[in-house]
Amino acid sequence: MTQPASPARPVTEKSPPADGAPSPWRSLLARVDVRTLSLLGVLAVLVVIGGVTEPDAFLDTDNLQLILTQASVIGVVTVGMTFVIISGGIDLSVGAIVALASVWATTVATQEYGFAGILFTAVVVGLGCGLVNGLLIAYGGMVPFIATLAMLASGRGLALEITDGKTQMVTVDGVLKLGERDSYVLGIPPLVLVLAAVTVVGWLLLNRTTFGRRSVAVGGNAEAARLAGIDVRRQRLYLYLLSGLCCGIAAFLLIILSGSGQNTNGNLYELDAIAAAIIGGTLLSGGRGTITGSVLGVLIFTTITNIFALNNLETAVQQIAKGAIIVAAVLVQRRTATA
Amino acid sequence: MPEFTSRRGLLFGAAAVSAGAVLTGCTSNESKDEGDTSGDNKQAVADDKPGKRVTIGFAGPQADHGWLNAINDQAKSRAKKYQDVTLEATEGSNDTAAQIGQVETLINKKVDVLVILPADGKALTQVGLKAMKAGIPVVNLDRIFASAQAYRCWIGGDNYGMGLNAGRYIGEKLKDKKNAKVVELAGLDNLELTKQRTKGFDDALKNYANIEKVARQAAEFTVESGQSKMSQLLQAQKGFDALWNHDDDQGVGALRAIEQAGRDDFMMVGGAGALSAFQEIKQDRGVLKATVLYPPTMAASAIDLARALGQGKGVSGMAEFEIPASLTLYSAVVDKDNVDQYMSTGFK
Repeated sequence: MTQPASPARPVTEKSPPADGAPSPWRSLLARVDVRTLSLLGVLAVLVVIGGVTEPDAFLDTDNLQLILTQASVIGVVTVGMTFVIISGGIDLSVGAIVALASVWATTVATQEYGFAGILFTAVVVGLGCGLVNGLLIAYGGMVPFIATLAMLASGRGLALEITDGKTQMVTVDGVLKLGERDSYVLGIPPLVLVLAAVTVVGWLLLNRTTFGRRSVAVGGNAEAARLAGIDVRRQRLYLYLLSGLCCGIAAFLLIILSGSGQNTNGNLYELDAIAAAIIGGTLLSGGRGTITGSVLGVLIFTTITNIFALNNLETAVQQIAKGAIIVAAVLVQRRTATA
Repeated sequence: MPEFTSRRGLLFGAAAVSAGAVLTGCTSNESKDEGDTSGDNKQAVADDKPGKRVTIGFAGPQADHGWLNAINDQAKSRAKKYQDVTLEATEGSNDTAAQIGQVETLINKKVDVLVILPADGKALTQVGLKAMKAGIPVVNLDRIFASAQAYRCWIGGDNYGMGLNAGRYIGEKLKDKKNAKVVELAGLDNLELTKQRTKGFDDALKNYANIEKVARQAAEFTVESGQSKMSQLLQAQKGFDALWNHDDDQGVGALRAIEQAGRDDFMMVGGAGALSAFQEIKQDRGVLKATVLYPPTMAASAIDLARALGQGKGVSGMAEFEIPASLTLYSAVVDKDNVDQYMSTGFK
């Protein structure tokens, strides 16, 4: 959505509105709705499947809380990833950053500083990794794929170095409590509230600020953006910082959820986040994408996993079906978006 | 493993466990304590006089989680115990090519004996053969080579037996309960060992007509996946009597999910033998009542075997002149009654 400042990317989709109003805003809005609607449609189909196959276990407040909680960690990561992809980049290091931030924040030394220490460390480690990524890519001239791949390798290595392969248990009560039922606010788990907050902030940032418009412009055509007076390099730096920040927040959520820090955390998050963003309609080549779509993409994945588990499907079947559903979701979405 | 070796291995393992948690093996062939197996274990280690110097090359995978980390620690601390043993340990690697290179380096260095825990047993078979051909006896640790020619002695855990013992333990606890329901939280499903554990578990449960396994989901040996899969299982199964979780690392996550769901209506049995699980069992405050061992002490035993091989000696407590070709360790069930005995072997 919102690609008003994307001069070099002509709108390739056939304009959907029937009334033929030429206003680019209206056609854009209409397209956004269709895309989002098609995702909601996929989600609705999944809910029907879940409801029919496992009516008791699936259609249940507990299960809704469960799905949303499971979506929260990867959801926050995906919001950051969406920004990076929109700007034409990629961040392969998100899983490693989550792992590193989660183990750094749960060392004995960090836990001495309690709740604030854990939160602070997770966020700062995330930002630090994002800063390194951003500097290497924006000012070091490295290709995002390579720079973040390097961060993936060394981040995982450092996480292993810190933990020595051991599981670090969290002993700070305030952190542990946040993952338990007593801290639900009006029936909503705190983790889900964080995801909601990050989603709203991400949406505002992308759609209502110059930062968002610049991100889209850089992804649409970096050279044109530069000629239009955007500091492309600084913009890129900010975007990887943002992704790092999201990873830091996600690491904190994961610490709450699992009550521990482990160097295997965040395994293959990069692929999950990219897949969710793509399903949500973000162009891998940059210049287009929505936060709503990405978060819906995450919810679709989490719901699929949930339905599989409730139906007690074998892992092999789950993986095959998941692949098929990704393809189906993208095809359905493309069809509805261009029809 | 063929059935025969497996059973023989079980016997050896059982003897070792009864002697005191670990098979320390490796003493002189003079068998001055022949016929006395009870005090054998400690005595063998304590009285063990320095013999011929042995350089042992050790190549293991990257210690990226608790159990593998414990394997490295066990091997290193065991080697340190012996004045006559020099340990040449490589940096662990999960990359097959890298590990092959490391083993080849050790062969070129002409170590006396090799202890290899392959990242992938089949893929490292060739380099095992190469070492054997070069006259270096290989102790193959846990993940077995594709050919028996590639090792002099194999020592490892018993995944099938682990499932079997978990199933038996749960079966005995539930045998008087009508229509008992059991749930399984498996490990990484694309590993053969996970299939073997599940097979053993199912086979054991077949002996109890009143017990039905109602659900099985596979996690990935990580805390995160354990939490995620367990919370879904709890949502799917509102009432069951027992849970077997293949791995204590992912069990940390599973216990967290159980706590978050506020459930305590079933008993849980773990797997592998992590320190956190032992502590939980000892405190006896939650659902975790027992865990089935996959003992990392096997790495210490492998060093013992390697040393004995290097010095041309046999194992004490057995009539054989030679080190056995294969040793399958026993997967003991640790519960409240015997947890103290195993506490020191628990890994973090």
